[in-house]
Amino acid sequence: MSSASHSSAAPTADSTRLSFIVGLVLLGFLGLIPILSVAFEDPFLLTLFTRIVIMAIAAVSLNLILGYGGMVSFGHAAYIGVGGYTVGILAFHGVHAAWIQWPLAVLISGIVAALIGLLSLRTKGIFFIMITLALSQLVYYLGNGAFAYGGDDGLNIMKRSDFGGLLNLDNRPTFYYLCWVILLATVFFVHRTVNSRFGMVLQGAKSNDRRMATIGFPVHRYQLTAFVLAGMICGLAGVLTATFTGFISPAMMHWSRSGDLIVMVVLGGMGSLFGPVFGTVAFLLLEEVLSSWTEYWKIVFGPLLVLVVLFARGGIDGAMVRGQAGTLLAGCAAFFLLYGIHTAYEDEWLIPTLILVAACALVWVAKWAVDRKKAASHD
Amino acid sequence: MTEVLKVSNLVKRFGGLTATDNLSLDLRQGEIHAVIGPNGAGKTTMIGQLIGELRPDAGTIHFMGQDITAMPVHQRSASGIARSFQITSIFQNFTALDNVALAVQAHDGHSFRFWAAARKDKSLREPALQALEQVGLAHRADITASALSHGEHRQLEIAMALATKPKLLLLDEPMAGMGPEDSARMVRMLQGIKGSVTILLIEHDMDAVFALADRITVLVYGHAIATGLPDEIRRNAQVRQAYLGDEAAAE
Repeated sequence: MSSASHSSAAPTADSTRLSFIVGLVLLGFLGLIPILSVAFEDPFLLTLFTRIVIMAIAAVSLNLILGYGGMVSFGHAAYIGVGGYTVGILAFHGVHAAWIQWPLAVLISGIVAALIGLLSLRTKGIFFIMITLALSQLVYYLGNGAFAYGGDDGLNIMKRSDFGGLLNLDNRPTFYYLCWVILLATVFFVHRTVNSRFGMVLQGAKSNDRRMATIGFPVHRYQLTAFVLAGMICGLAGVLTATFTGFISPAMMHWSRSGDLIVMVVLGGMGSLFGPVFGTVAFLLLEEVLSSWTEYWKIVFGPLLVLVVLFARGGIDGAMVRGQAGTLLAGCAAFFLLYGIHTAYEDEWLIPTLILVAACALVWVAKWAVDRKKAASHD
Repeated sequence: MTEVLKVSNLVKRFGGLTATDNLSLDLRQGEIHAVIGPNGAGKTTMIGQLIGELRPDAGTIHFMGQDITAMPVHQRSASGIARSFQITSIFQNFTALDNVALAVQAHDGHSFRFWAAARKDKSLREPALQALEQVGLAHRADITASALSHGEHRQLEIAMALATKPKLLLLDEPMAGMGPEDSARMVRMLQGIKGSVTILLIEHDMDAVFALADRITVLVYGHAIATGLPDEIRRNAQVRQAYLGDEAAAE
């Protein structure tokens, strides 16, 4: 495909601010969910968005190393598992105090991240991807083999973390707001970090790590630090996941969960502050709609992702920065179209899938024709 | 005169090829020392060993009297050796000023500082702007590096090297791919900084080399066949034959 169609004009300050403002509005909107849930008498809304907020924390942490640091970790879900299992195992042995559970979970996630990072950061490119995947699968099989803690059946957490009299996590809005505040804190932390001296080194190493060494940076230790920080934040997301579902199992750190996290970051926009939040909201809403329609929902989701890569480089955030209102509108339209087809066909899946595949093909052909015409007019 | 850099009997082999063959070289304080030689003479391999990306098979490298033969890249840089790349090697997504500020940052203690905004840090920005002024690029400070022209990229490269306040500057073909106008500007710029820093210059552009160099070393098959003042090199028959070609020798 030609890149002429998105000849990215240098982002102007204003359009960058648009994505900044939209991000803030979205975070604010997320803060209203418990109220909306009550107003619409829809408790499921709160359940869905609790999941979204927790995954957004994990995605923001992955973006720190993937988007800003250029480290494509294909094993980020391992830390969700480590965080979750720490809480689950402690609860199993009767330790419920959050003051012990949570810091310990974050600490152990950090240690696991340090070990994985030490081994994987010796490599680059596809090898780095494969080694992070392999090591995270090792963690996954550890969970699988932990028969004392349920093996691959997982383990129920009978009692939620105890914050003394301070917070009652059994109260769902309270728990939601705790997750929301942690998300805000995480976004703010990443914002400060990537613009600090440390962040400049991290981004420089993504762009050109050889040059970073020749101007005098021991690049490796900065990358490892970022890797550990991201692992710790993601471990916290794992703590929240386990507390939320009251259940831990190896499935929460399956490699496909790591893949989902990468998709969320790419869909939202790598290396942008709010991108992973946009991406997580879009991903999980789509998953919700599509999977209620058919268990083969990934057949539909796959082509949609291809469309994003084709038309909206830089993901949702990138489209906003370039001021591609059309792309964003098309995205929203596609979402409502999906939702419409879903309600119209209910349990059917073959016909709507065919419609969507045909629609994707049509869009692709149209784009091809437009590009060809453009190329011809340039000659 | 003190020696800034002293290379003794350096050898580097790649399989059967001896890219650096018993090379000895010394650089005096404040001079511009040009290394010339035909393609494949081992100039870039030599630079690689000087900055520490390649480990020599034999021989030693002394910098300011200290043996740095086994020192890793970032430590050599910290002790005052800076390099510009033959192929432009900058941070494309950063502005010109960001690029230079990063080079300043590299020599301003560790960077495990997670909170204060680096782009508002005067102790980074001001020296960076100074280095941009030195190379005549201050007016382009806020342009994204990927939007700069080829000639400007090379100037930016040198600004980044200068910003680290090096004792020794290794310039690997700074005029490569430049038009005559940009080349002339680069020569003027280098003449401007001459004396304030010791420079090892690798360059194919002979006009530039003879305009700038205090001394010239001629490299052929990894071996230094001659070192001397520009006039001596110009007259040296062996050099004319090996490097400038038989035709030139016959003139």
